[in-house]
Amino acid sequence: MDYAASDVPAFLPALPEILLALGAMALLMYGVFRKECDARETSFGVLGLFALVGALLITEPNATVHTFGDTFVVSGFTKFMKLLILLAAAAAIVMSLTYIRREKMDRFEFPVLIALATLGMFMMVSANGLISLYMGLELQSLSLYVIAAFNRDSGRATEAGLKYFVLGALASGMLLYGASLIYGFTGSVEFPAIAAVLEAEGANIGTIFGIVFVMAGLAFKISAVPFHMWTPDVYEGAPTPVTAFFAGAPKVAAMALVLRVLFGAFPAMEAEWQQIVIFISIASMVLGAFAAIGQSNIKRLMAYSSISHMGFALVGVAAGTPEGIRGVLIYLVIYVVMNAGVFCCILAMQRKEGYVETIGDLSGLSRNQPMVAFLLAMLMFSLAGVPPLAGFFGKFYVFMAAIEAGLYPLAVIGVLASVVGAYYYLRIVKIMYFDEPAEPFEQPMPGELAAVLGVSGVFTMLFFVYPAPLILGAQAAVGALLP
Amino acid sequence: MTDGNILSLITFLPAIGALIILVTRGDEATVARNARYVALWTTSITFFVSLYIWWQFDPTTADFQFVQQTEWLGGAITYHMGVDGISMLFVILTTFLMPACILASWTSIEKRVKEYMIAFLVLETLMIGVFCALDLVLFYLFFEGGLIPMFLIIGVWGGARRIYASFKFFLYTFAGSVLMLLAIMAMYWNAGTTSIPVLLEHDFPVDMQLWLWLAFFASFAVKMPMWPVHTWLPDAHVEAPTAGSVILAGILLKMGGYGFLRFSLPMFPVASADLAWLVFGLSVIAIVYASLVALVQEDMKKLIAYSSVAHMGFVTMGIFAANTQGVQGGIFQMLSHGWVSGALFLCVGVVYDRMHTREIAAYGGLVNRMPLYAMAFMVFTMANVGLPGTSGFVGEFLTIVGTFKVNTWVAAIAATGVILAAGYALYLYRRIVFGALEKDTLKSMMDLNRREVVTLAPLLATTLFFGVYPAPIMDVTAVSVENLIANYTAAVEAHRLAGETGLIGQVASLFAGN
Repeated sequence: MDYAASDVPAFLPALPEILLALGAMALLMYGVFRKECDARETSFGVLGLFALVGALLITEPNATVHTFGDTFVVSGFTKFMKLLILLAAAAAIVMSLTYIRREKMDRFEFPVLIALATLGMFMMVSANGLISLYMGLELQSLSLYVIAAFNRDSGRATEAGLKYFVLGALASGMLLYGASLIYGFTGSVEFPAIAAVLEAEGANIGTIFGIVFVMAGLAFKISAVPFHMWTPDVYEGAPTPVTAFFAGAPKVAAMALVLRVLFGAFPAMEAEWQQIVIFISIASMVLGAFAAIGQSNIKRLMAYSSISHMGFALVGVAAGTPEGIRGVLIYLVIYVVMNAGVFCCILAMQRKEGYVETIGDLSGLSRNQPMVAFLLAMLMFSLAGVPPLAGFFGKFYVFMAAIEAGLYPLAVIGVLASVVGAYYYLRIVKIMYFDEPAEPFEQPMPGELAAVLGVSGVFTMLFFVYPAPLILGAQAAVGALLP
Repeated sequence: MTDGNILSLITFLPAIGALIILVTRGDEATVARNARYVALWTTSITFFVSLYIWWQFDPTTADFQFVQQTEWLGGAITYHMGVDGISMLFVILTTFLMPACILASWTSIEKRVKEYMIAFLVLETLMIGVFCALDLVLFYLFFEGGLIPMFLIIGVWGGARRIYASFKFFLYTFAGSVLMLLAIMAMYWNAGTTSIPVLLEHDFPVDMQLWLWLAFFASFAVKMPMWPVHTWLPDAHVEAPTAGSVILAGILLKMGGYGFLRFSLPMFPVASADLAWLVFGLSVIAIVYASLVALVQEDMKKLIAYSSVAHMGFVTMGIFAANTQGVQGGIFQMLSHGWVSGALFLCVGVVYDRMHTREIAAYGGLVNRMPLYAMAFMVFTMANVGLPGTSGFVGEFLTIVGTFKVNTWVAAIAATGVILAAGYALYLYRRIVFGALEKDTLKSMMDLNRREVVTLAPLLATTLFFGVYPAPIMDVTAVSVENLIANYTAAVEAHRLAGETGLIGQVASLFAGN
């Protein structure tokens, strides 16, 4: 398609992003000019903004629309992913309300930064070219670096932020290098144009190098092995609501980006990238499962858990079929919901002396807070992938796709890794149910945490009763991603 | 009441009971009492409702009955329930044993009664679902879902080494089952559906059958349990509370045998025929080895656990003999073992509640103080040995007869297991019940109270009734089993005529020496 320089692009498809950007700026101004503005006000502001954007997204038509000179795309797929990201980000803000007040992080920028990160993720999901991809990715990453270190009086948080920044910048550099190689060898930055060139001319060594570097950069963002090293340290060091946010929305956005890049720009090179995906998938599942066994800090444990979950989601990517992508989408939705529930429980682990975060602190929770313990136990079984809980269905669909694609070794290693993983999830159940009670946590759980936990728990337990909407929704989204 | 959803009603009745218990409020004692009564009522009602399907069951057809099918996961995976002659009696067995379990836990469970009863009712729902499910994914859901309540039952209310036992139980079973899950997916892509009735008609390619068979075998062999993956069972049995042991031995083990009958034999007939030698080998080892191990046990529950392993050896042997006697015998043996081993664990529970030890050496001469108990225990011991006139005899006899037609040596070695069974069972009985009442601690033992009599009497009556008159069970299963065998034989014959011999087949014939 040719665009004359004077053509005004269609802004309407990007309305949610524009609204989000303007809203975030407005809230920032509000915070600056209003004296003594605390995070509570901007939190509700951002939640309102999210609700507005969400409503806008839902009413958007499903048709695929390209705009801004083909660098920005809106479709049923982006809609699905953006709604999921919005949900995860909103949950993270709700979950932060009590924590930031107690931990003296009560500054208005916090929710605004989350909103800006969300904007970056929206851009990532809609990116249809290497430039817009990088723009979205950096907007998201820079916001995340700041909120990782948001508790600036805490040495651990600062360390986490710095570590995240340095390693993240390295990954961005690699991605950029890969992007430049791809541009150099295909002569284009838009995904459809790259795909067309590769289709016509076939793969060449330069593009393969480019893909490897781009994949390395993206693997960092989804914390897949061997680019996972930052994850445990950042998860442990960052304030808990920030960790909860990190474990949710950014993973979804990065995975969406992986799907966009691989299926949008490089469908012709599936044989090449499939090997990479299979390797990082297996490595993530296995390392995540084994490394989590020795952890005593629950946030570190969840870090390894998220590494292995990303490995499982990548199984669907490796399959490279519509069923595989559908599996990935279903997996991400279920993962985000379960994760929110678990972090609610972690955020409720507070005693008089402050927040605690070792697994041992949970001991005997089933006596002190039976309902919380029950829900957390169910979430743990679900994370382990035991039917009939939701987590099982996530694994079911990705492995189903892997079997269809004939990736038997990957599937076998994957399910065996899930057995190893079950061990450390069970250990948490064991501590809560089989061990003698420790000193109880401060009760009752703050209302907003209880609400998020309740929704997450009910979804996890009753998903099997009526799974059709999610499955059909994911199916439709896949249809929009693949031409 | 329409026949269409009676199975769903039976399956989910206990879950409703669990919900009722969940919402009860009040002080601890009231909640505990209410939980016990609600659980007892729910399980009893479920049992009587389930008798309705036996009454309405049409034994002249091998088709699935009381079928219900609705949309579920979209596409070819549906919510599909139904029973035939093979599965129907397992449903009844489950509902029959549950009230006994609740009664056995009446006083012995003192802490967290509410949660205990909820776990048991949820477990009952999942167990009934396993036998009713006519869709592979639905089956897997129920099959694996049962791990959660059982893990908690062993871990929370178990004995000293409960944590080790519960983890071992969970991880062993889980590891076996995930491979089956992959096989289920492969079957879906090959046949385009997970509906069991359709898959029963489907011909899987021979080389694929082999892998599918092995994957299913991994799961069912652990569940059964077969040697050498049986080691979770003694631990789980010993540490579980009495009712947990009853359910483990009575029903959970049967899921493995049921799986062989429902999936391995009819869906992968060629692989089953090719690998029958493997099953025979492992079964015979299980029978002899487990019986010998049982002889030297110091712990009553462990002894019965090993005897379960041996008895399940007869079942697998009978099933893979793949003739009418063998399969009928296998089913009968599973049912009979269901109530006999359940009753034996209850008998152990009776003395454990009084003495709080399971060590055999701590007992002796109980007949002097507890004549009723001695009588009941004797009947169940004899049934465990397989004495004619008890239900234990019928199954053992038929499986050996069936195997004899296929492989004389296997049958001959298995028959020595019957002698060994007499050895360990009678030895156990003599050490506990006979002899002089010398130990001071035993001198104040009370005989069975009314609750215990009510718990054991139905099991006793069942053991003797079906030992003398097994026809009601045989009539129900006969047509379905005939149909199963006919299809199996036809499939294997067709394969032989085609002259294909898989690699494993060649290796196997090498081992078999022909």
